[in-house]
Amino acid sequence: MTRLAVEERTLTVLRWLVIAFLLVITVFPFYYMLVLSFVPIEQLLLHPSRIYVTAGEFTLGTYHQVLASVQDGGQGFAGFLRNSAEVAVATVVVSLVVSIPGAYAIARLRFFARRQVSALFLAVYMFPAIVLAIPLFVAFAKLGLVESLVGLTIVYVVLTVPVSIHMLRQYFETIPESIEEAAALDGAGRIATMLRITLPLAIPSIMSTGLYVFMIAWNEFLFALLLLTPRRDLWTVSLGLAQLSNGIEVPKTVLMAGSVILTVPIVLLYGLAERALTEGLTTGADKG
Amino acid sequence: MSASSALTRPRRRRRNSAAARANRDGLLMVGPTVVIVVAVVVLPVLWNVVLSFQSLSLVQIHTSGIFGEFTLDNFTKVLADPDFWASLRTTVIYAVGGTAGSIALGLVAALALRRRFPGRGVVRAAMLLPYVAPVVAVAFVWQMMLNSQFGVVNIWGQKLLGWNGPVDFLGQAPYALVTVIAFEIWRYFPFAFLFITARLQAVPGDIEEAALVDGATPTQRFAYVLLPQLANVIALLSVLRLIMNFNKFDDVYLLTGGGAGTDVAAVRVYDYLTGQFDVGGAAAQALVLAAILVGFLLIYVKFFVRKEVDAS
Repeated sequence: MTRLAVEERTLTVLRWLVIAFLLVITVFPFYYMLVLSFVPIEQLLLHPSRIYVTAGEFTLGTYHQVLASVQDGGQGFAGFLRNSAEVAVATVVVSLVVSIPGAYAIARLRFFARRQVSALFLAVYMFPAIVLAIPLFVAFAKLGLVESLVGLTIVYVVLTVPVSIHMLRQYFETIPESIEEAAALDGAGRIATMLRITLPLAIPSIMSTGLYVFMIAWNEFLFALLLLTPRRDLWTVSLGLAQLSNGIEVPKTVLMAGSVILTVPIVLLYGLAERALTEGLTTGADKG
Repeated sequence: MSASSALTRPRRRRRNSAAARANRDGLLMVGPTVVIVVAVVVLPVLWNVVLSFQSLSLVQIHTSGIFGEFTLDNFTKVLADPDFWASLRTTVIYAVGGTAGSIALGLVAALALRRRFPGRGVVRAAMLLPYVAPVVAVAFVWQMMLNSQFGVVNIWGQKLLGWNGPVDFLGQAPYALVTVIAFEIWRYFPFAFLFITARLQAVPGDIEEAALVDGATPTQRFAYVLLPQLANVIALLSVLRLIMNFNKFDDVYLLTGGGAGTDVAAVRVYDYLTGQFDVGGAAAQALVLAAILVGFLLIYVKFFVRKEVDAS
């Protein structure tokens, strides 16, 4: 056999092996999470090598326990879910309201220091959270914004605005200026043009930006840890799961139910809008 | 600008007023955002510089003014501490290992999924799960899978692979760092995969066909045709991932808490702040980190951003 034939044959086999391997490593952890969330802890300790749920041991008790409030003997994840949802939705709304005019201005209008403003956003966006964490933590302590969901939302808005502006700006730049000029000739002012012409065209991009921001806010951990740790009633789902999994009091399979609850909204959103999110992930370069 | 200006003046004035309006509108639209970003990010970073030259504990924060006594103690203390250098070494190993591994795996994945096959869309979507899922949830699942008492990896390792006993993947010195790097590779290879896939789609088909006609084998085609095309995106990914990994906090903190030889710089800064309540020390370390980061950023800007800004 020639080298060409040998290589082609081995690579065909290798390719399928690689695909199978990648599927196993990406999907199995989530499958394992789901399986363990339906099993009482005693069963896991009894049959640790089992990676499926038998009808006999199947339970929803883990979900009951993790969702119920602390007074009812649960872990209070229903409350954490509400906190996470409030913070994430507020972050998306404020971040978009602030970013849309900002991105439009950077894409369209030549104003004083436009380049510097653009560079500032890029720098903030590349700046790692841990370096911001100390001064922000100290400043928020001074301003009395620790232990509050409003404080956390402010941090998230500031962390996501540069990404949103970057994503939206790229989209605004693809809308031909001639459309807006036509509107201007018809007597529409700048704001009217933006609201009636440019924004409707940008809806898909606004949606994907919003989804991406939601994902960042929902998944965020460090600032929730720094700002909210002392107040259990304010914990987000991420923080709650991290705090409780450090201890030994809560059965691990109950916490598995908690991590399913944390993961499902993101996977659902991702399933609904895969293209929008992947677009966000590539144009929004990286944060995380 | 000269003699003919009498004719062109009215027109220029109109253009000037349009430019002035654009300038005013632009500033109005972007100004509030800039103010907020400066207030919440830039000022605190500057304040971090001030803090790093002060001797402050968390308790004193409420009473102290912005400018207290200045001292170099924090820096001498930080730089003289052998633990700091050990931590920096760990951070470099972690950042470089995670970056190289995730790009290599992402490249392999992108090549494997390059040709169309039934179900490719589903496989592609599955590939991104580790990246989009909440870090706290996936870190917890890894802890469970690697648990030495009942985790599947240890149980199956002993059953099928004949391990002598459970391996303490997260609590024992050499293993913990390897595990944390593996986690990093697992979580971020989708990111490299996305970028490389996008670039692969833009590679013109005819060069590869030409190489095929010339009888080049698949590995030769990869090495001499594809790889040069991907060089840029791989370089970009390397810089981006290095910057992010170098300051990674969540992943390591959640998996090991910085124990068992995984004390990366960001976790150390956090411990200084909340464990020892040493704001000044934490700020000084963060400043050293930021300085290293600015170095990376300059490289990034020099090689990647200039083109983009000029083009826009």
